[in-house]
Amino acid sequence: MAERTAVLGVGQTKYQTTRGDVSLPGLVREAAYRALEDAELGWDDIDAVVVGKAPDFFEGVMQPELFLAEALGAVGKPLLRVHTAGSVGGSTAVVAASLVQAGIHRRVLTLGFEKQSESNATWALSLPQPFSVSINAGAGGYFSPIIRQYMARSNAPELIGCMVAFKDRQHALRNPYAHLQQQDLTFDQVVESPMLWEPIRFSETCPSSDGACAIVLGDEAAGDASAKPVAWLHGAALRSEANNFPGRDEVNPQASRDCADDVFSQAGITDRRAEIDEVEIYVPFSWYEPMWLESLGFCEIGDGWKLVEEGATHLDGGDLPVNCSGGVLSSNPIGASGMIRFAEAALQVRGMAGEHQVEGARKAFGHAYGGGAQYYAMWIVGSDKPTS
Amino acid sequence: MSADPSIPPAALSGEVSLPEKLADVEPVRSVRTPIRLEYDFIPGSASSGYLNAFADRKILGQQSPVDGAVFVPPRGVDPRHGAATPEYVELPDTGHVGGFCVTRLPIPGRDDLEIPYVSAWIHLDGADIGFLGLVAGIDTSEVRMGMRVRAVWKPDDELGRTAENILYWEPTGEPDIPVTAAGTNAWHAKQAAAGEQG
Repeated sequence: MAERTAVLGVGQTKYQTTRGDVSLPGLVREAAYRALEDAELGWDDIDAVVVGKAPDFFEGVMQPELFLAEALGAVGKPLLRVHTAGSVGGSTAVVAASLVQAGIHRRVLTLGFEKQSESNATWALSLPQPFSVSINAGAGGYFSPIIRQYMARSNAPELIGCMVAFKDRQHALRNPYAHLQQQDLTFDQVVESPMLWEPIRFSETCPSSDGACAIVLGDEAAGDASAKPVAWLHGAALRSEANNFPGRDEVNPQASRDCADDVFSQAGITDRRAEIDEVEIYVPFSWYEPMWLESLGFCEIGDGWKLVEEGATHLDGGDLPVNCSGGVLSSNPIGASGMIRFAEAALQVRGMAGEHQVEGARKAFGHAYGGGAQYYAMWIVGSDKPTS
Repeated sequence: MSADPSIPPAALSGEVSLPEKLADVEPVRSVRTPIRLEYDFIPGSASSGYLNAFADRKILGQQSPVDGAVFVPPRGVDPRHGAATPEYVELPDTGHVGGFCVTRLPIPGRDDLEIPYVSAWIHLDGADIGFLGLVAGIDTSEVRMGMRVRAVWKPDDELGRTAENILYWEPTGEPDIPVTAAGTNAWHAKQAAAGEQG
């Protein structure tokens, strides 16, 4: 049986277009310090460090984990790097947790980061390959046909994506760390925003952010010793699949369904919508909220957009609040974005999410996906220790 | 977590201090250092066959030894089974549009593309996965999933060993394939039809 594992601390930087006042090491150190502060621990208490970020050519720094070792207090300690494209923040947290679950380390610091101001994501995601034509403009160009497929399959009303974008930007106003703080934004402005990758509007895409997010994980004894509430891990899972094969369901990939079944089964959850109090899913383009709600089994296939339409995913009055932090649509430091989902889920069940707290949240779901919707990372955290 | 993210963690305050002689010097915030990297691409056998055939206006795929599925471009392997795919198959330059995107922003390195343009997953007749192509010769608002298309090639004297020999895909004017049998649905439709026959 796996060692019980707890989130002892969470640290984030303010997400913004440019953190010109800090270098990469300065950026990650800030998040790491905040997580240690939250966990009321020092560098010496950490046994190992696990780092994740988007592919190296984003900032053009090869193997940055090596030159960040000092900033992360990792000199002389095991230091691991995880690579799973956009889902990496989530996968990194799952790998870090596995080191505690396996009884290898007592306390692990894990961190994801990106400095998009020092990189060009659209360029990095549009690299020419000799066996293909170069016409894909970044991630939006890749995901737009899949969203179009979902719209055709589900007969969802045209403005569902805009509703998601507007909701997440409203949520972001209650999270001081969120990048986009659009106080005066109206729903009409979201709708009237220009199409970039039709059917995706500019307002339905994520921003480019600088930022880092860190989590301190500990074993059962460390969790018990914490003076503050901790978040107990109830399940953690990873899955992946190839990005192009005959009959691949790109809208609802098998790896996504399998990963969800695994993590919910680990947590002993049978009624996903009823038993989860807050959901942090990776939604870089608005339509992915209803798409993932279906794939993750929070509703029947074809019903995801109805949850959006009836307000079920809104922090105010919804029974399944989604991305109360503002989500990826409000902050996207790519390598950190998945970990932010996992960290926000932990903050919710610790009762520490501030103005975007879901009242009485006991169980929360963190999710990340990456590549051509082919890498998945998920975890479920709870206020109480898991019984098994 | 501290409520105000603009307040640095206590442990970081006073961590860095400048010597007095640097007190009035403007701090360096960032330095621009453009870098370039050139490399030779070694395509391997599957991509070599594909790219060489392109110079002769031919499109080659490879066939799975497990269930006959045809992959284009060929990558030497059936990713579902981990099986090598040594058998090449020649494919026609006609097919249909699976998914597509109407893009309204420029992309790095393709200043020649007029905006908006349509990038699409082209499913060749006889192939079981799609590959990317540009769709032109039609108003962008008229492009549909399931629309039949054919390749428009560069002139013979401009052909090279590259996928860019195909300038774009244009509508053939034939009736559309039903959406339920187009794109990634095509494989399932084909399996179902084979099941009914067998």
